[in-house]
Amino acid sequence: MTTVAVLVDHRDGAVTRPSLEALTLARTLGTPVAVWLGSAPAADAAALLGEYGATEVRVVDAADARVASRAAAALGAASADADVVLVISTFVTKEIATRLALATGAGVVVDAAGAELVDGKVETFQTVFAATWDVRTRIESDKAIVGIRPNTTIAAPAEAAGAATVVDVEVELPATRERITHVEAVEQGEGVPLAEAPVVVSGGRGTGGDYALVTELAELLGGAVGASRDATDEGWISHEHMVGQTGTTVTPALYVAAGISGAVHHRGGMQASGTIVCINMDPEAPIFEISDFGVVGSLFDVIPQAVARIKEHRGA
Amino acid sequence: MRILVTVKHVPDLQSQRSFTEGRVTRSGDDGTMNELDENAVEAALQLVEAAGEGEVYALTVGGPDAVAAVRKALQLGVHHAIHVSDEAIADSDVFGTATVIAAAVRKVHEEAPLDLVITGMAALDGLTSMLPTALAAELDWSQATLASALSVADGEVTIERHLPDAHETLVAPLPAVVSVTDEANKPRYPNFKLIMAARKAPVAQWSLADLGVDASAVGKAGARTVVVDASPRPAKENRVKITDTGDAGTQLADFLIEKGLA
Repeated sequence: MTTVAVLVDHRDGAVTRPSLEALTLARTLGTPVAVWLGSAPAADAAALLGEYGATEVRVVDAADARVASRAAAALGAASADADVVLVISTFVTKEIATRLALATGAGVVVDAAGAELVDGKVETFQTVFAATWDVRTRIESDKAIVGIRPNTTIAAPAEAAGAATVVDVEVELPATRERITHVEAVEQGEGVPLAEAPVVVSGGRGTGGDYALVTELAELLGGAVGASRDATDEGWISHEHMVGQTGTTVTPALYVAAGISGAVHHRGGMQASGTIVCINMDPEAPIFEISDFGVVGSLFDVIPQAVARIKEHRGA
Repeated sequence: MRILVTVKHVPDLQSQRSFTEGRVTRSGDDGTMNELDENAVEAALQLVEAAGEGEVYALTVGGPDAVAAVRKALQLGVHHAIHVSDEAIADSDVFGTATVIAAAVRKVHEEAPLDLVITGMAALDGLTSMLPTALAAELDWSQATLASALSVADGEVTIERHLPDAHETLVAPLPAVVSVTDEANKPRYPNFKLIMAARKAPVAQWSLADLGVDASAVGKAGARTVVVDASPRPAKENRVKITDTGDAGTQLADFLIEKGLA
């Protein structure tokens, strides 16, 4: 019997969709238990985790879990019996996974697009080199930690879901040498966060700094707004929107690149997306090489027309 | 101020990158210093210049070709270069690599104490970003990762980090392991004088025996993960590219509607 601990990502007390995706994946590997760092979840959040297959919700009320070593100790205490630990792959959870692996001897794969059990060992799949190669990795150690990317599993409730039991886990967290002296919350837009969005519409140099059309199309498609490094460097849009190897890596079902040439640094952050569409004035732009549908033209002409057509279709 | 910077030899981003028998193909021809490590070298040089005294070491781990990475660091102005190479290191996972680097850092630290180890935020081949944390844990030093700005004063390093949900200021006592993002600075270009000097500069060559690291703890023997398959992804089929003659927006919308995406 394989126990799979899932580190739940939650925002303002609500379970995020990638957490439900991770629970869905966890059910294919064994029996999921949810690990919740922070003050105890509300009844509806715990119930939702149960619907997606968690048999328990293990709560560690860990103050100051922003420091990786403390979060790793909290997660470790709540997942001591787990054969597999799943986290949503982010810069922060990768540090937590690394610390937990060193404490437990577990093997780690991060940025995975999927995982399965083969002869009792966890094997993961990833795309690497700007999504030009597929790699399968086997975790040889008894305990496995996997960082899974959002949008790589379709979240679905468990068929025979029971109620999850909420359990408090007591743990003495280690003192840390580091201290966080200032935290300023990033203003979260109304839409879905970039990394989790099923649709991403990104604007680059070609926008000239005008994100009105990009935003309009993103909202129409229920997606998030992204940007290239050029655009964030220009200060046209904040760094949180940057898609690329050093910004956010996204794998939405649809990626629209408007006025983005597609330098390798950008492609590395979006090339594994489902369908890729681009609009660019330069027919030689490398983005065309990886686009399913590419338009040589001005985004200022193309986007308004596309928006009108989609609205017309929906109204019909 | 004494700082050691870790640099990695990786395939050039613009080259055809590939795998050979489960390993990233590396060769001297199209390999280079990991681009994000240039930010680490720059951060170290700036700190030493600001302090008005100090030394910067560049350290790389890898086969014979990897020396190219520390030569590049010498061209940028680091003072000392170290190349750790040993056949037993091949196929190490991140923990094996951290064990080797930590041993090399300790060797330098014992000669004269280091204040900082600075790394890039990720290597642009694997992109896992796990090494800085693993190294800090191995050394039992404090860690300050993903710095988009950093400063050192009164025995502490202070960094700014931009995470998706918050901007943080984090303070860590020295010695510390710091990773810097590509926002931290603009790397300098090598000048002619340094390029010439870098050719002749000595590079210390260390083996596992020099570091007192047991070969069974690293390489394939010590790896907790193994690549069982690697294959190039097939190119996308049925790609469409049109030039706007007045109705491309409508065609684009119809494409999305047909695919059930709009």
